[in-house]
Amino acid sequence: MSVLIFVDIAEGQVKKASLEALSYGAKVAEQLGTSAEGVVLGTPKEDLAALGKYGVSKVHHVNNPALDHLDAQVYTKVIAQVAQAVSATVIIFPNNMDGKSIAPRLSARLKAGLISGAVALPDTSNGFTVKKNVFSGKAFANISISTPVKIIALNPNAYPVKAGEGTATVEAFNATVDTPKVKVTSSTKASGEVPLTEAEIVVSAGRGLKGPENWGMVEDLAKVLHAATACSRPVADAHWRPHNEHVGQTGIAIAPNLYIAIGISGAIQHLAGVNRSKVIVVINKDPEAPFFKAADYGIVGDAFEVVPKLTEAIKKLKGIS
Amino acid sequence: MKILVCISKTPDTTAKITFTDNNTKFDTNGVQWIINPYDEWYALVRAIELKEKDPSATIHLITVGGADAEPIIRKALALGGDEAFRVNADSHDSFYIASQIAAIAKEGAYDLILTGKETIDYNGSSIGGMVAELLDLPYISLASKFELDGSKATIIREIEGGEETAEVNLPVVVSAAKGMAEQRIPNMRGIMAARTKPLKVTEPIAVEALTSVTSFGLPPAKAGVKLVPADNVDELVRLLHEEAKAI
Repeated sequence: MSVLIFVDIAEGQVKKASLEALSYGAKVAEQLGTSAEGVVLGTPKEDLAALGKYGVSKVHHVNNPALDHLDAQVYTKVIAQVAQAVSATVIIFPNNMDGKSIAPRLSARLKAGLISGAVALPDTSNGFTVKKNVFSGKAFANISISTPVKIIALNPNAYPVKAGEGTATVEAFNATVDTPKVKVTSSTKASGEVPLTEAEIVVSAGRGLKGPENWGMVEDLAKVLHAATACSRPVADAHWRPHNEHVGQTGIAIAPNLYIAIGISGAIQHLAGVNRSKVIVVINKDPEAPFFKAADYGIVGDAFEVVPKLTEAIKKLKGIS
Repeated sequence: MKILVCISKTPDTTAKITFTDNNTKFDTNGVQWIINPYDEWYALVRAIELKEKDPSATIHLITVGGADAEPIIRKALALGGDEAFRVNADSHDSFYIASQIAAIAKEGAYDLILTGKETIDYNGSSIGGMVAELLDLPYISLASKFELDGSKATIIREIEGGEETAEVNLPVVVSAAKGMAEQRIPNMRGIMAARTKPLKVTEPIAVEALTSVTSFGLPPAKAGVKLVPADNVDELVRLLHEEAKAI
């Protein structure tokens, strides 16, 4: 038996969510007294042996250019072959865009219970129970899996990356790979920017900014913090900002270490998408804004005055002139 | 073309979340139920738009739920759709639900199966992928655009920090995210028509659930906000750096 971790890569690079999944999987293996092993599909540009740092003893590499783009149907069959070959009893995915495509398929294929959106290590004291977010972050549930093989999709930013010493043995895995039916024709990526779901710090703004032309100061603040930018629903609906920046119940749910909300009143639907953030800072000129109740730190004041000053103060702290 | 849209009933987005029976059950007292927003605003409305372009298309709706799910499926029929199925079962296990949908879908030989990207209560994002696997069909999740040219679908899906365009031939299962369509309000004609549209109630097939809810809980309340004067931004930076260790 073993714990198998799916290592998601993008353009050859191992994603941060995968490093979290590896660290989490290594800990689960330790709990169960077994080994943690990784599986990589496609053509990585990184040295896979280095993944040993995150606690895996082996990395199974299925090297086939047909796997360079995600076709969940093809991926699922390949991962199922690896899982069976290594007698995996627990299979871990990052609960990111790719994980959400593959993990449910694998669950149905292997008849293995799936917990998606896990936020803590499994409790194995009485069965196998994992805590996950429900009601869009307004609550959590402990879910138990009754099947011999278990699948966990770990929420981004829910478990810290733990890097130590170690090198993994990299083994080529010879899998049957179907011809993909899904053909990826193009992809666009906002280069140089931090992906919202992986960001440690997120700077977000709402209608209080009055118009899309005022986003420069938000981007300046995000830049000094190496943060991703986000927005509230009305802002995305008014096309001031792209839809992929909308955080909230019907947008993207995030859990960064620091969330700075500027000119956002804090409707319950918005809070649902961000209330797993570790530290929340609210800047709003209305002292009655409901967001202050969910915040750790707040400034009641005009964003147009406060935000540029905040950017300068952070530059000073970081020694950037 | 035959389209199947999966519909789930969820609590209203402003519903207060509390639990009963020693934190093992969601307290439905006073809760308003709605069609899961992703199922309604994006999956169902996109299906309706496809039918508006190709009137020969048929749209079937499916929900897995008890009699209390009927107002929701009728509301969905009021927006659009030709007929609906309700599988008479109550479950919170994604595999159980997906198996029921797959059993009906197999009979119907659909060209396109649409789901919302997740429900706003259990947030599993699992039904679409499971149905696709059970039917051995391709699956594209988190689609923000869906265009059809004959039997070739062009789909834009979200990826970390960007998007990806993919092509796939029908039949396919797609989960819908924001951007795929715009929310619509049912009109009086639709509401009247929905009353007479066929709604077939079927009994579930025998399937073992793979997971079960042991207990629920609420996140710990925040200690309270620390307010910093607007003219002392340096103090906020100090607190974030020294106390919260967030920067």
